[in-house]
Amino acid sequence: MICQDCHKNKATVHVTHVINNQKVILNLCDECAARRGFNNPLKSVPFPLADFLSSMVSKTLSTSAEKLAEKTCPVCKLSYDTFAKTGKLGCGNCFSAFREPLADLLRKIHGSNLHRGKRHTGGASGIEPLKEEARLKDELKQAVSTEDFERAAQLRDMIKDLQKKLEVSDV
Amino acid sequence: MFDDIANQIGSWLTGDGEESAIVLSSRVRLARNIKELTYPPYAEASVRENVVNFVAAAIGKSTELSQGTFYRSEDINELDRFFLIERHLISPEFMRVESASGLYISPQEEAAIMVNEEDHLRIQSLCSGLSLRQALERAMKIDDDMAASLDFDYDTDFGFLTSCPTNVGTGMRASVLIHLAGLVLTKEIDSVIDHITKLGLVVRGFYGEGSDVWGNLFQVSNQTTLGRSENDIAESLEKVTTQIIEFENKARERLVADAENEIADKVWRAHGILKNARVLTSEETMSLLSAVRLGIALSIFDLVSIRTINELVLLSQPAHLQKHVGEQLDAAERDVARANLVRERLCNV
Repeated sequence: MICQDCHKNKATVHVTHVINNQKVILNLCDECAARRGFNNPLKSVPFPLADFLSSMVSKTLSTSAEKLAEKTCPVCKLSYDTFAKTGKLGCGNCFSAFREPLADLLRKIHGSNLHRGKRHTGGASGIEPLKEEARLKDELKQAVSTEDFERAAQLRDMIKDLQKKLEVSDV
Repeated sequence: MFDDIANQIGSWLTGDGEESAIVLSSRVRLARNIKELTYPPYAEASVRENVVNFVAAAIGKSTELSQGTFYRSEDINELDRFFLIERHLISPEFMRVESASGLYISPQEEAAIMVNEEDHLRIQSLCSGLSLRQALERAMKIDDDMAASLDFDYDTDFGFLTSCPTNVGTGMRASVLIHLAGLVLTKEIDSVIDHITKLGLVVRGFYGEGSDVWGNLFQVSNQTTLGRSENDIAESLEKVTTQIIEFENKARERLVADAENEIADKVWRAHGILKNARVLTSEETMSLLSAVRLGIALSIFDLVSIRTINELVLLSQPAHLQKHVGEQLDAAERDVARANLVRERLCNV
């Protein structure tokens, strides 16, 4: 078998990726494989996941409104367009901001979009409120310094709520 | 740094545990993110720094993780990072993280947490042989301890939220590192890989994602993380692994029945080269060690233990060799040092 990149040397490296039943096969010679980063596991990972995801995302995109691409997560400011390119979400709030297209995407990737595993207790019962308060205050400081007043207001309310809870538990 | 670790083999490579003639190790990793904080791919240094501090504090309070050590990435030099990748304690991606990242390692290396890789936390639990249930149990305990101090991003529909949609839900990747020399020799490996991928699992090389197959070692893991419980994921991987072991055992039986002398010759020659060679590349070493491992499993050969083979697989890697010798070596020097090390170990048995 001849290398599919240079069409000269014998293909010695064979890589098969299967993502959601779509098979991608690469037959490469040592040199071309090294060029793609296959020989050295420490070089950049040639896993075509980002490509795959973005192709899936753009498919979702064309069927729904193009406005989606401009949609931005109000918390971390990541645009859906950037997500479509990188395949990486920016924060937990992205899942609310892009809920519908993500529900669609998750179903395509996993065959389901409903979690059936371990539950996270979350909320004040599952965390240490004092640490949480410190964390929120820290973030508030940052929001103020970057003049993100919308977020700062949000954080201030969250801290107030938390402090109320703390007072109740003190009694 | 990491001298203690360099001088031990790591409990997950001891060569005990179920099916250890074929399965080297079982691993479970969980991806978790802290609520309200930007995920590492986009986070600013100050946020990353906060995450490191929160996780370090949470580890300090954990009973499950009371014995290990927490390292900051700034303190880990390049050689040590390669060393940690070779031991499967960090991912190749973690190698490239710039600043404000952290790493926890338990004394026997059975547990590790990467902080600020692609997600805020990547909890890893490793066991020797085929024991996904034990690996999962430990990962869950660590997760419980972390959740006692940290509020994770969690959605009642989607489950645990992660930076990459492919990890959402359980955030769990379970995998086994498995030696399939028989199936490679009988050339049935491609059809077995085909079969495995049809069952929704992923097959990769020794170092995981995007890596080549070395020494006939394959990593099999679940592909999807959402819609099934953690136990389901572990059980189905264990079931498929048991099936692969059956295929491998049948291939080995056939090899012995059809070509006993050729197999014995291959095993003894491999041992002969390892014991006498003056220059050994990584690839050749892995392939020779694979043959000797097969010989031990088939009872053709009993001069060396599986544990010694595992040790050599680990120690003959580039960063390990350099730590062993105590100086930087170029590729040609490494090949000589590798041959010396292998000879030394095999002659002392």
